[in-house]
Formats: sequence, structure tokens, C-alpha cells
Amino acid sequence: MPQELHYLKQTASQTAGPYVHIGLAPHAAGFDIFQNNFSNVLAGAGTRGERIVIEGRVFDGTGTPVRDALVEIWQANSFGRYNHPADTQDKELDPEFRGWGRAAADFNTGVYTFDTVKPGPVIGRHGRPMAPHVSVWVVARGINIGLNTRMYFADETAANGADPVLNLIELESRRKTLLAARSERDGKVVYTFDIHLQGDQETVFFDV
Amino acid sequence: MAGAKSEFIAWDRTLHPAAFTPTYKTSVLRSPRHALLSLHNSLSEVTGPVFGHNEIGLLDNDLIRNYAKSGDPIGERIIVHGRVLDEMGRPVPKTLVEFWQANAAGRYRHKKDTYLAPIDPNFGGCGRTITDENGYYYFRTVKPGPYPWRNYINSWRPAHIHFSVFGSGFVQRLITQMYFEGDPLIPICPIVNVIPDKAAVDRLIAPLDMNEQVPMDSLCYRFDIVLRGSRSTLFENRLEGN
Ligand SMILES: [Fe+2]
Repeated sequence: MPQELHYLKQTASQTAGPYVHIGLAPHAAGFDIFQNNFSNVLAGAGTRGERIVIEGRVFDGTGTPVRDALVEIWQANSFGRYNHPADTQDKELDPEFRGWGRAAADFNTGVYTFDTVKPGPVIGRHGRPMAPHVSVWVVARGINIGLNTRMYFADETAANGADPVLNLIELESRRKTLLAARSERDGKVVYTFDIHLQGDQETVFFDV
Repeated sequence: MAGAKSEFIAWDRTLHPAAFTPTYKTSVLRSPRHALLSLHNSLSEVTGPVFGHNEIGLLDNDLIRNYAKSGDPIGERIIVHGRVLDEMGRPVPKTLVEFWQANAAGRYRHKKDTYLAPIDPNFGGCGRTITDENGYYYFRTVKPGPYPWRNYINSWRPAHIHFSVFGSGFVQRLITQMYFEGDPLIPICPIVNVIPDKAAVDRLIAPLDMNEQVPMDSLCYRFDIVLRGSRSTLFENRLEGN
């Protein structure tokens, strides 16, 4: 017998279930319990960068909005740096920006929203720059293990064309599932990012 | 933060449920049909949000008191404690752990829960804490009740507590459920049974921990959580720069 590897085994994932809001967004569940609530607002008054709204819906295989989905995002600041000790890029940190937010889909419309700033580009592996993007994580009843994807900005044509992750997607037609279109509404810049769990427009999800 | 700059070890897909699990019916239309695209970690994956103790209230880890209006909630008083570790056995310190559950009767405080069991006016059903230097966490609550749900005409969930954990990188993000030792509903639960590995199910079952009971007050259950580990960087595969 060879020596044993004394590693531990990963704890198995389980669905967040229909009542995920109780734990992660109690206001959405219908009650008030914590003094400080995590929210879908990432950018405060002092945050630097271009203000944007990210919004969209999560759809199931029949095209029906998943109204009990919960979405979290993680992104770099407007200079392209993550607020985390492992990011040692020589760029400015923004003390007014953590870069993380959480949104429950609306129970009637299925729409989720984030108020944030547009991230700058981050250096990727082997020094190749990545186009500006937002990491997205989706959980809901019926999702056994959280789904990871990335949202890119459709108007960043040149950067997207050179992005090492978008270029990994073999089928070019599927790359567009990660592109959020820019529009303006009531003086706000809105990027629309719909996520399709299944079907003709299925979003590219990552094993990452 | 140990290994924070190195890649995470892959999800062990032999232990985690697949996306498409027809015996848990809701998964059928909510599961991707394409293969997931495997991606080497970059800075976007090895970084993640950092939370501070100042963001958490003093009663946030006390579900017996954090929603008490006119007295304590009904139910068996219990303490749940354990460590958040990574696969290498390293503690995951200062990470946010959130939990939510039904009350002792199996009813959730949620506008979409219509189960006929009563709401407990003194029980909210959620809490959160941040692990200490050793990855240790604990909270106090009442034992949740089992509840019925529509999967087959009538299925029953074993008593369980939902957990959400962060880790140091966003791709360690994990949601899971803790079950209680000795519950006969565990082996017949369609949601438990999406896990393809019997030992992985056993690791979701918290044993009664009589060493850490509070005499004449509360029983105790122990639940350790293991997140993906990160590789040692003996021969560094650079995530950034040159
Ligand atoms: Fe539950």
C-alpha cells in the first residue's frame, strides 16, 4: 500500500431552495431582521467610475422567468483592480467599492438589478488582458450547484475580440450569450444581461 | 491568506450533484444542457468579497434571540458549531457563513411558504457569522421540523439547515444543507438523493455532539464544511503579469 493522501473531501452542494431569501435577502422573504443587509447596490456616493445598472432575467428551458432566482456578482473596480489581497496589480484601489452584490429576482417580473460601476480591464493569465467583465453566480430552487458565468459589455468590441475567455468558446454564436447590450433609460446607463439556463439561447456556464 | 494567489482545485464532480436530476423534478427545466466550459483560474476567480465583523450584528448568530418579540421560540434548543476548512485541511478564516431554516414545526417565515404548520412569532429563521482565525463558527437556534413539498404527490424534507459559505475566492462559493443524525427521512429525500456518493451524503449529516452541549440548556450538533482547496505554488503558473 502506498502512503495515504490525507486530503479532505469537498462538502457536496445542495440547492438553495425556494426560501433562499430568508437567509440571504430577508427583505425579499417579507421580513426585517438584520441591522445591516447585503444588497444589490455596489456603488456608493464616493465610488469612482462610470455608473451603470445591470439588469436582466433568468429563464428556464421553456423561456419562463425564474422568479425565485438569486444572483450574485463580483467585479473589479473602475481601474480594473479587485478589492482583495490576492490582486497585486499596480492599479488604484477604490476604498468605496467592494465589488460584490446580491440581488433577488422580483417575484412578479423575475427581473434582477444591480447598481454598480463599469469595471476596468484586469490582467489575465500569462499577462493577457481580459476585457471588462463581471463574474456572475446564479442559484435557485432546482439548481443543484451554483452556476458560474461572466457578463461582458457588448460595446467593448475590440477588447471582447481579444478576450482569452470569450475566445475559448468554440461556437462563435454562443459567445453573444455573455454580452450585455448597452442602453439608456431615464438618464441611466443600463446593461441588460438575460441568463438562459437551457434552450436555444442557453448561456455559456463555466466549470471554474 | 494561504494559497490565495494560486488556482483552486477543480470541483470534485463525483461528489456534487449533476445539474439535471429528473427525480428532483424542478431541476429538469433549470439545468444547462451544454457541457460547462472549463476555465483556468484568473484573478477573477481567485479573488472574492471580504467581509468585516462590523457588518454583522451581535445577535446575528443567535436565532433564539434575533427575532424574539414576546419570548423565546418554541422548539428544541440546539447549538450548531464546526469549522470551515479547505481540502488541504487548512482553516478558512474570516469567511462569511449564512444559515436559514424552518421553525420547529417545519414552517418558513417566507411569503411563498403556505404550509399549514404555524409561523412562530418569535422565530425569524436566519442568521450569519464570520469564522474566526481557525475557521471556527457557531450559532444557536431551535431544531427545525421536517416539512412536506410537492415533488411527488407528497415528499418530505428531512429536518435541515441551509448554509451559504464564501471562502477566499468567488468560485469557492457554496450553498449546501445540513441534516441531523438519525433522521429516517434522509435516505428517502429526493433532494438528498441527487448526491451521487453515499459518503458525500453522510458528510452532510451532523452528529449529536454531547461534549459541547450546554447542561440544562441546549443540545449540540457538529457540522464541518470543506471548500475547494488551492494548489501550492511550488512551480508557479502565473495568473498575472509576465
Ligand atoms: Fe429548506
